[in-house]
Amino acid sequence: MKILNLTPKAAPYLLAILLLTAVLPGNAWAAGEPTADTGDTTFIIFSAALVLLMTPGLALFYGGMVRKKNVLGTTMQSVIAIVLISLQWIIIGYTLAFGPDKAGLIGGLEWLGLKDVGLTPNPDYAATIPAQVFMVFQMMFAILTPALISGAIAERMRFPAYVAFVLLWATLVYDPVAHWVWGVDGWIRTLGALDFAGGTVVHILSGVSALVACLVLGKRKNRPTEPTLPHNIPMVVMGAALLWFGWFGFNAGSALGANGIAAAAFVTTNTAAAAAALSWLAAEWMHHGKPTVLGLVSGAVAGLVAITPAAGFVTPMAAIIIGIISGVLCYFMIAVVKGKLGYDDSLDAFGMHSVGGTWGAIATGLFATTTVNPAGADGLFYGDPSLLFKQLIAVVATYAFAALATFIILKAVGLVFKLRVSPEEEEAGLDITQHGEDAYRDFAVSGSVVRSERVVVHTPVIEAKTIN
Amino acid sequence: MKKIEAIIRPAKLDDIKEALGKFGIHGMTVTEVIGCGLQKGKKEVYRGTEYTIDLLPKIKIEIIIKDKWVDEVVRIIINTARTGEIGDGKIFVYPVENAVRIRTGEGGEEAI
Repeated sequence: MKILNLTPKAAPYLLAILLLTAVLPGNAWAAGEPTADTGDTTFIIFSAALVLLMTPGLALFYGGMVRKKNVLGTTMQSVIAIVLISLQWIIIGYTLAFGPDKAGLIGGLEWLGLKDVGLTPNPDYAATIPAQVFMVFQMMFAILTPALISGAIAERMRFPAYVAFVLLWATLVYDPVAHWVWGVDGWIRTLGALDFAGGTVVHILSGVSALVACLVLGKRKNRPTEPTLPHNIPMVVMGAALLWFGWFGFNAGSALGANGIAAAAFVTTNTAAAAAALSWLAAEWMHHGKPTVLGLVSGAVAGLVAITPAAGFVTPMAAIIIGIISGVLCYFMIAVVKGKLGYDDSLDAFGMHSVGGTWGAIATGLFATTTVNPAGADGLFYGDPSLLFKQLIAVVATYAFAALATFIILKAVGLVFKLRVSPEEEEAGLDITQHGEDAYRDFAVSGSVVRSERVVVHTPVIEAKTIN
Repeated sequence: MKKIEAIIRPAKLDDIKEALGKFGIHGMTVTEVIGCGLQKGKKEVYRGTEYTIDLLPKIKIEIIIKDKWVDEVVRIIINTARTGEIGDGKIFVYPVENAVRIRTGEGGEEAI
């Protein structure tokens, strides 16, 4: 019986893949190797699933904030990262980030295609969970980070250029910096700077890259009478809720075990989110006279960003201070400074992730204490100023590298693909021009099937709309 | 026959519908519309930036009636829709040449 309908052209490739799989060493259980702890393994597998959920959450968070003609394009920019980085990480990303160190700067290619990344723990990273569980947990962070950048370039980047950018950025920016901070012998890790769950690697890195990306692409071309207002705030709230929920996997899971540090990180995470939501709301209430729902959920995300590097190193009371300051600081950057400087960071990827992340990295240098986590360090308020200095070095290095590398990558992508949609396409929206879909078909459709053999395409009719 | 087109505050729709019903008018076409006039726009705030939204939501009611009822219907709408503040809306009266009930084909005032 013929099971696979292969064209003669595809057969050799399939054969090659099968052979390659057979040649790669299996995951043998050798005597004396560390064994996985069932509780830790269970917890990290579920944490990985929680972190994965943050990316669709981000799609809703961002998607609700754009105009309705761009909601699918914006959603796509988040969820395509799941697809792209799931593969990139297996093939090359993981080995670049966590593979055997090369000069403190990057992992080697020894673990290409997950060679030698097996089912026994790698004590260098997590002694009680299978190496593949650690790998897949880290994969979810690598997926979320490039998706965060899309907030700055929303409503104007062409899809092919975005895909190329995400793949290059993940490989040339995220993977090396993840190695600096978390890889064995990575230079920031060796320096002794602390980043519990990715304040530097995820948030500063994506936030700074987002600012550079929105400057390279330029502002959206909307008329002054057509402000770019959020089209669906309940959708933003739903996205923020999924982010908050997923963040427990992100931060508590970064303890890499079902233990007290995970509990501490869970508590500080929730605490900082609440404190920042409240402080943003208060700042907005005083500034404009109304507490908004968008403000509350934005504040919560600002708090979650800021606590990320500190989660497993600080006390719950410190988390309140970190949260309060993050909410006010991010609000000030977004509501006041952004307007004065005039850059078009559409959904405030820089204002949330870089600003909140930088404050979190500094706060870790202030509030970290070994009474919470003996594996951490004492910050300035616990008698040791040196940690703060190390945190600042890590922040400055990340800013510089992210800005330079993102600029070069975008210029390189721009040589092959057009980065921006045309003014006409921008006017029509990304949904129709980039993806051929309309998110909300609230008027009657009149059209016909243009091509039916393989794909059904309906041609939408431009309707005269009175209100929506 | 005349067509009465009233642009009103959305909150007044139910009152007007009820008042017209009492008068004996049960048929109307209602549309959600947006527009601008003397009324100032509304203020909205998103992430600390204020916006003035110039086009405001209104309701448009269209009724076709016999000529002799025009003054009375206009008076009912005014009495029901008026708050005295800017933004109460407007009423327009148009002549109608004919009306046809699609189901029966009957025309003229019988069809309204």
